[in-house]
Amino acid sequence: MKPRHKKIAIIAASVTALTISAILVLNVFQSNLVFFFSPSQVVAKEAPVGKSFRIGGLVEEGSLKRQGNSTTVSFAVTDTAEAIKVVYTGILPDLFKEGKGVVAQGKIANDGIFYADEVLAKHDENYMPPEAASALEQAAKAQKASLTQ
Amino acid sequence: MSINWYKYASPASFYFLAGKMIWYFSIAAAVLLIAGLYIGFFVAPTDFQQGEAYRIIFIHVPVAWMSMFLYVVMAFWAGIGLAFNTRLSSMVATAIAPTGAMFTFLALWTGAWWGKPMWGAWWVWDARLTSELILLFLYIGFMSLQAAIDDPRRADKAGAIIALVGVVNIPIIYFSVQWWNTLHQGASVSITQSPKMATAMLAGMLIMSLAAWMYSIAMILKRTRAIILERERHTTWVAELKGTKR
Repeated sequence: MKPRHKKIAIIAASVTALTISAILVLNVFQSNLVFFFSPSQVVAKEAPVGKSFRIGGLVEEGSLKRQGNSTTVSFAVTDTAEAIKVVYTGILPDLFKEGKGVVAQGKIANDGIFYADEVLAKHDENYMPPEAASALEQAAKAQKASLTQ
Repeated sequence: MSINWYKYASPASFYFLAGKMIWYFSIAAAVLLIAGLYIGFFVAPTDFQQGEAYRIIFIHVPVAWMSMFLYVVMAFWAGIGLAFNTRLSSMVATAIAPTGAMFTFLALWTGAWWGKPMWGAWWVWDARLTSELILLFLYIGFMSLQAAIDDPRRADKAGAIIALVGVVNIPIIYFSVQWWNTLHQGASVSITQSPKMATAMLAGMLIMSLAAWMYSIAMILKRTRAIILERERHTTWVAELKGTKR
């Protein structure tokens, strides 16, 4: 390979790399900046209709139900203001729990149910040993109890 | 006592100073790495939510911080080289790029390993992950552009422009988790808030970050020395060096 050819090849490679990154940036700015919509946004019809999108929030306590022996589950995603029912067939991630964060991708059907084809767990930025977590939980319960008294 | 800092802006004196300093930084890096890994794997407690899998944080967060920080340092020196025409600053910028690219790659790689068990996906196109991928492309773009230009002084200038333009990506990466809905969680450690981690976990992570710093400094000094020798090969001091040491 002549030096001149090498140079052209390298310039072509860098232009390609820059183009790809520019396309990715534009792509992100166009659609993926909003990685998910909250249930309130969905109720306010801000989410795309008839197109696949992601919904994110907390799994509502007590809403998780398994349909018979199948891997089909239903649960509600809530942002504490609104809740959307989600139906999903497949394996849930380990961190999927009631009261914890979740992001599901799928479509809203005419019956108002969100049919998901992918469910991801969204965890928070808190890291602590289990003992500390249970101590915090106890404290929160005690505070709640004293408030209701 | 005043030190004549300008003396070390000359590639020749920097070459000898760097040669001595590499050892200190390498030893510091090794000691901190062993201490950090020990705390990370044996002292830090299991996480209440993520169990043992969270321990990848001891690699993931330090390398991700380093990937962003090194880019800012690279752009700074490239900019100084562009503005003041100082040869050594541009050489340092060129020397930083491969280490920065390596840390970016590691951040993406360990992130994928963490994402699969915790989120349920190796990769998602959320703002944090995508902007970090763009950072990798910026490093690669900087290196390949410099490699494409034969005249080192022109290569320095062209690279500096990419490096400076790309700086805009750094706050985007850092604040992406606040500005937009992302799957990636928010920052556990920040300047404005108290850390959201147990102390032993935080200690392990900070020691690993220091190790990454020391490693980066040692590597960058070493690479700068190689670049100095290559570019100054026609000078008398390099010729004398060749005569004395084999």
